[in-house]
Amino acid sequence: MSLTFTAGESVPDYLNRYERNELLRFLTCGSVDDGKSTLIGRLLHDTGRLYDDHLKAIEAESKVHGTQGGALDLALVVDGLKAEREQGITIDVAWRYFSTARRSFIIADCPGHEQYTRNMATGASHCQLAITLIDARSGVTTQTRRHAFIASLLGIRHVVAAVNKMDLVAWGEGHFREIEREFLDYCAKVGIADPIAVPVSALTGENVVTRGTNTAWYSGAPILELLETVGVDHASPVAPFRMPVQYVIRPSLDFRGFAGTIASGTVKAGDRVRIMPSGRETRVRRIARSTEDGGDLSLACAPQSVVITFEDEVDCSRGDVVSCFGGSTDTLVAQKFECDLVWMDATPLTAGKTYLLKCGTRTTPARITRVRHCVNVDTLEAQQTDALALNDIGRIEIETEQPIAFDPYRRIHGTGSVILIDRMTNATSAAGMIRTGDASDAHARRAHWETEALPTIHAPVGQSLVSTAAREARWKQNPLAILLYGSSGSGKTTRAFELERGLWEKGHAVVVLDGQMLRAGLSRDLAFTEEERSENLRRASETARILLDQGFVVILSMVAPQAQARWRASDLIGSERFMMIDCSDGNSPDASALLRMVTAKIG
Amino acid sequence: MQLTHLDILEAEAIHILRETAASFERPVLMYSIGKDSTVLLHLAMKAFWPAKPPFPLLHVDTTWKFREMIAFRDATIARLGVDLRVHINEEGVRQGISPATHGSKVHTDIMKTQALRQALEAGKHDAAIGGARRDEEKSRAKERIFSFRDRNHRWDPKNQRPELWNLYNTRLNEGENIRVFPLSNWTELDVWLYIHRHNLPVVPLYFAKPRPVVERDGMLIMRDDDRFVLKPGEKVVERNVRFRTLGCYPLSGAVESDADTLEKVIEEMLLARTSERQGRLIDHDQSGSMEEKKREGYF
Repeated sequence: MSLTFTAGESVPDYLNRYERNELLRFLTCGSVDDGKSTLIGRLLHDTGRLYDDHLKAIEAESKVHGTQGGALDLALVVDGLKAEREQGITIDVAWRYFSTARRSFIIADCPGHEQYTRNMATGASHCQLAITLIDARSGVTTQTRRHAFIASLLGIRHVVAAVNKMDLVAWGEGHFREIEREFLDYCAKVGIADPIAVPVSALTGENVVTRGTNTAWYSGAPILELLETVGVDHASPVAPFRMPVQYVIRPSLDFRGFAGTIASGTVKAGDRVRIMPSGRETRVRRIARSTEDGGDLSLACAPQSVVITFEDEVDCSRGDVVSCFGGSTDTLVAQKFECDLVWMDATPLTAGKTYLLKCGTRTTPARITRVRHCVNVDTLEAQQTDALALNDIGRIEIETEQPIAFDPYRRIHGTGSVILIDRMTNATSAAGMIRTGDASDAHARRAHWETEALPTIHAPVGQSLVSTAAREARWKQNPLAILLYGSSGSGKTTRAFELERGLWEKGHAVVVLDGQMLRAGLSRDLAFTEEERSENLRRASETARILLDQGFVVILSMVAPQAQARWRASDLIGSERFMMIDCSDGNSPDASALLRMVTAKIG
Repeated sequence: MQLTHLDILEAEAIHILRETAASFERPVLMYSIGKDSTVLLHLAMKAFWPAKPPFPLLHVDTTWKFREMIAFRDATIARLGVDLRVHINEEGVRQGISPATHGSKVHTDIMKTQALRQALEAGKHDAAIGGARRDEEKSRAKERIFSFRDRNHRWDPKNQRPELWNLYNTRLNEGENIRVFPLSNWTELDVWLYIHRHNLPVVPLYFAKPRPVVERDGMLIMRDDDRFVLKPGEKVVERNVRFRTLGCYPLSGAVESDADTLEKVIEEMLLARTSERQGRLIDHDQSGSMEEKKREGYF
């Protein structure tokens, strides 16, 4: 269970094993007396991470500052700063490290008092999982809700409630279930994908590292087992490639390398890429690495730090984003944004003030154009306001001096997160999560379907008396939606019908959804504002989804001018059964090439 | 493609080094010769390859380093072809400051902390990159990766800038500086594993061999040269020893050991029941002493 190295074991074997460990970063949060420090102390102690001299020092301190009547107080393991030990509180995020035979862990230990919300957000920005401590005697509190909300805001999928001090409530299952229900309900409300509650006693160790005997009624995993098994998705293979350029390496005239950390996706030598926000295209020539280090890489993925060179002498420098090529996965470019903010500065945020905004490797002045609302974390109500105070969480509109290449935060954290820096004090004043670009009232209303949670349940084809397999056997095809988009006159409709004819002749079951066709009936209530164009695309996408679920190939021919909305269509339909072609792009494939591409995908 | 935890730590450190080079006017890499510096230097070579690191290295020499450390330093610099600057607090030398006569506290303050300030000020360095790790010591566990210092090089633990994602705030006013710790999230085992994986040379003092030592205050201190004065009753004996951390030789406790290869050193560390800093006299002056030193500008 712990980092098992036993005398006599071969060191190279052990290192090989340890080297393959995955990394999980998680945070712990809770109110002052919930026993958070004790829980961490327990994890470190029970996985053999505490050295004798540390333990000795803690034993000595337990007698002076301890809260366990002179007995070993594991909380002292993590209370680092002198000021904290004297006051018996934790004032800042502390980082801890331990490993088991399966994973290496980094703990961000976040303080719980209300005034330190900023620390919780800080910790959360680095983590894939959050453990929130709940005192079994007091149940779900304002703090618990605040923590769950911040975790969801920062995109943490796994939130574990450690319902602590179960020993003080006689290990009562009913008591635990009540807290569990309230916690899960709240998590559902704020959209946390994977909430879990565990009954523990950090003091006795029950359900921390090993299962306990007092909670036989609990069939779930102890905390450590959850930490060892929860999914760590560093680089989704389908995520689009993004690399903010950090530094240009130019040792001589014949080498110009662009150094950066891959924020999302993968890159190979030969890949077509765009330099954003300029949009210039080139191809990756090399992912350069010295021969001593193993030579050039053929493939790299997030979050590796790499140096890439391009086929062409394109203009590219720090602050640009190297992005994969292709309609559905383009980085968005904007100067106006709608952002969720955690305000971290004692000086309140007000509309009209200019800060420095850092997004990826780009830093640019940015003016707050509007404060939309502040969220009451207890009720989740959005309250109208024109200022955000320290530890407030709210939504703002901001306008940058330079255009920025970005992605919505919920999609790609590395290109959707920002910090605001006060130009006078140099303080880091806020953490921001970009929701959309080009925010304005009309857009924000239009953006609703583009930003709301995705429906998780597909159309109930399960009730149909024709099985998916039967449909596949009849039509011999994998369902696929092809979006052909571009302005009027770009030839998308002609292409759509050519493609339909080609597929028809090969015996496929194919349907065309043309924008004009929709407007004649299904969308005849819509005009041509951006909001309404977006809505038209939504209706087409929903219709396509129903048809795909029943085995058809669907060709959509739409103007679809907004990348954000196109992208959302991809989400809605499912990116694995969706492709899009920009018909206004001179490089887009001709009719026969398009037919080949599509038939290759539908089999 | 599944990256391991060490791949991720390496990528993070390289990101931090590049961010430092891109954001500051006159960064410098604090090279202290030990195993952490070895990894740090290797990462700096890697981060800017095929160019050399775009900043010089700085060694603050207290004049009490082990001779083998200085020899290793000079050989490493020659092998890699990088720019190293050595700074000694000459005023301290004139005053004859030494660990023996002035104690570890005064010696460390004048020859290390003050010397570092002199060197950073003389070089107008706005960023100093160091190899400290958060798992080394309690107060380090709360320090930022980009750790702000005021004009007096003071660290204010209660007023640190929040550090989110990998978006580092590198803004400074005239005279202020930032200490940068790319290895913040590495553990001692990670450092050794990296050295092993990349076959990096380290100072031979990490490996056990017979060395002349004196037992003092419960620690084994190596007599590296004639400046080391014996107290009454002390005597130099030859023991098979090695060092887990390296610093000024009169302040570095050796451990008795037979580990004379990298693998044996790692094995010993894995089985060890005491932390690496236990062998350092300067941490034991008082409870919270590292925190005090850091507030005063110690690295």
